[in-house]
Amino acid sequence: MAQPALSGAGPAAPRRGMSDLAIRNLFIIPTIVFLIVFNIFPLLYSLGYSFTDYRASMNDEVHFVGLQNYRELLEDEYVWANFTLTAKYVIMSVVGQVIVGFGAALLLNRAIPAKGVLTTLLMLPMMMCMAVVGLFWQLLYNPSWGIVNYVFFTEGKVWLSDPDWALAAIAITDIWMWSPFVMLLSLAGLSAIPPSLYEAAAIDRASRWFVFRRITLPLVAPLLLIAVIFRTMEAFKTFDIAYVMTSMDETELVAIRLYKMAFLEWQTGRSCALAYLMLLAVLAITNVYVKYLNRLKAR
Amino acid sequence: MAIVQSKGSRWFNRAAIALALVMLVVSMIPLYWIGSTAFKNRSDATTVPPTVFFKPEITPFIKLFTSRVQQRGARDEAEYAAAPWWEKLVMDGGDRFIKDDKGNIESSGYSARFVNSVIIAGISTFLAVALGTITAYGFSRFKMPGEDDWLFFILSTRMLPPVVVAIPMFLMYRAVGLVDTHIGLIILYTAFNLSFSVWLMKGFIDEIPKEYEEAALVDGYTRMEAFFKIVLPQATTGVAATAVFCFITAWNEYAFALMMTNKTAQTAPPYIPSQLGSGLTDWTVIAAGSLLFLIPVSIFTFLLRAHLLRGVTFGAIRR
Repeated sequence: MAQPALSGAGPAAPRRGMSDLAIRNLFIIPTIVFLIVFNIFPLLYSLGYSFTDYRASMNDEVHFVGLQNYRELLEDEYVWANFTLTAKYVIMSVVGQVIVGFGAALLLNRAIPAKGVLTTLLMLPMMMCMAVVGLFWQLLYNPSWGIVNYVFFTEGKVWLSDPDWALAAIAITDIWMWSPFVMLLSLAGLSAIPPSLYEAAAIDRASRWFVFRRITLPLVAPLLLIAVIFRTMEAFKTFDIAYVMTSMDETELVAIRLYKMAFLEWQTGRSCALAYLMLLAVLAITNVYVKYLNRLKAR
Repeated sequence: MAIVQSKGSRWFNRAAIALALVMLVVSMIPLYWIGSTAFKNRSDATTVPPTVFFKPEITPFIKLFTSRVQQRGARDEAEYAAAPWWEKLVMDGGDRFIKDDKGNIESSGYSARFVNSVIIAGISTFLAVALGTITAYGFSRFKMPGEDDWLFFILSTRMLPPVVVAIPMFLMYRAVGLVDTHIGLIILYTAFNLSFSVWLMKGFIDEIPKEYEEAALVDGYTRMEAFFKIVLPQATTGVAATAVFCFITAWNEYAFALMMTNKTAQTAPPYIPSQLGSGLTDWTVIAAGSLLFLIPVSIFTFLLRAHLLRGVTFGAIRR
């Protein structure tokens, strides 16, 4: 990390051309300015609107209403329902991904013919467009001729319009799509465990369970944790897949509620307030994520 | 790696491989289904039990690019006789093309959306990677007060939920007339990919020994020349991998495109699902559209496979 470049004392101090300081600023500042203008400024703009009764669809006079939007949102049981629903969805989908993804990694962590091709094939779903994935899973879930009902002998089950099952059906799709992510990180962790540890355990005649508990799990844990935090964050923000697949109250995640409030009901001021509530939650998770990422990098 | 010694562990190993193969098959079924539906005859696509073996057709792809309606009543036999083979395929399926005054078949909205996707993803990728590479070089080679905080700030912009950013951006775009324009989406996608590009490129540039540039500086290169002639050629793999990742992200993006565009600059992701509600759903056409859209990403995934881990962790894990 430490570069002596700025001190100018090194033997390589350039005499012609731009100074290192100028180049550093030229290289870094445009990016920072770009991000401030197109990410931070809009956020400040919407912070302002979150204290008003602005409706973008009308030309009414805009009134300052103080914290009223926030107060009403926090008192609104439907908004709470959106958050509970999202929490339920996050848990279902992340737990599912960890079980399937980590399980797959354990299975694949051995000499397998054509392993490279196999893992890449398994990786395909997570690189795909979530909206398109959601769309064609609708085809798979179709009650009358969908392949899901055929395979599981659940003839006529209406997965995506059944209030009890729709959220789970979306989570299953998400698990199909993102388990490979957990698998990729787990495999990286597993393959980094020195074989000498397993050899020593074999000499001691340790049981398979003991080896898993005491060697495999602790050594994979840091990477697995990264995967879990990252997926939690993404699942919390879920919009595409759920919005494409269904349109029921029982599957209205926070991001979808926010979209409807802002772009269909045009309650701009209030939607800005809800956006801030969501943002706070995301930033909290991001903080944890980056902390662990840095800790991992430091190793 | 597991050590195979006893008979028991050999069987354990075989069972694990068998289970892994089962897993692969299960995870591939949805992809096979979308791929096969794209080549099915319309009636084969919605049968009970599902049709696994069928005679492949390319009719769905012809339908995808043309606009047509269901033929009501008897078809015009003279027109049918004069039509080229691919028009006959669609007519055989009971559809009639919508033609303009000059008798040319109107194209559907798909090709325009596909081209939009290519333009918007392409340009935003170029911008994000170009800016990201120089910024990564700046962070990698020079000291900067509060460097870690700046890097955290850059990363955190990536984590913002698209809907949260989209509300104020929509209001601002509306004020300056950027709603439903290519430039509008390009700016959003560049901003979205920029932080990723900085982090990933920083990882790649950190790996290039700085002695190379120092030697060049001693030889009388300016810092700028050293960057363009020494560092950049060394970072080609990194730039390529970063570009592919950014392209995939922009290509797949749905939420911004849904909220910021509706026609002129609309990309394929919001367009393909919107076809569901329009009239009688023809799943073979939707499958064909999805398949064409997914193929580039699948090819890229194979090209990228060595860098996937690095890409999904923002360059934090380099193996």
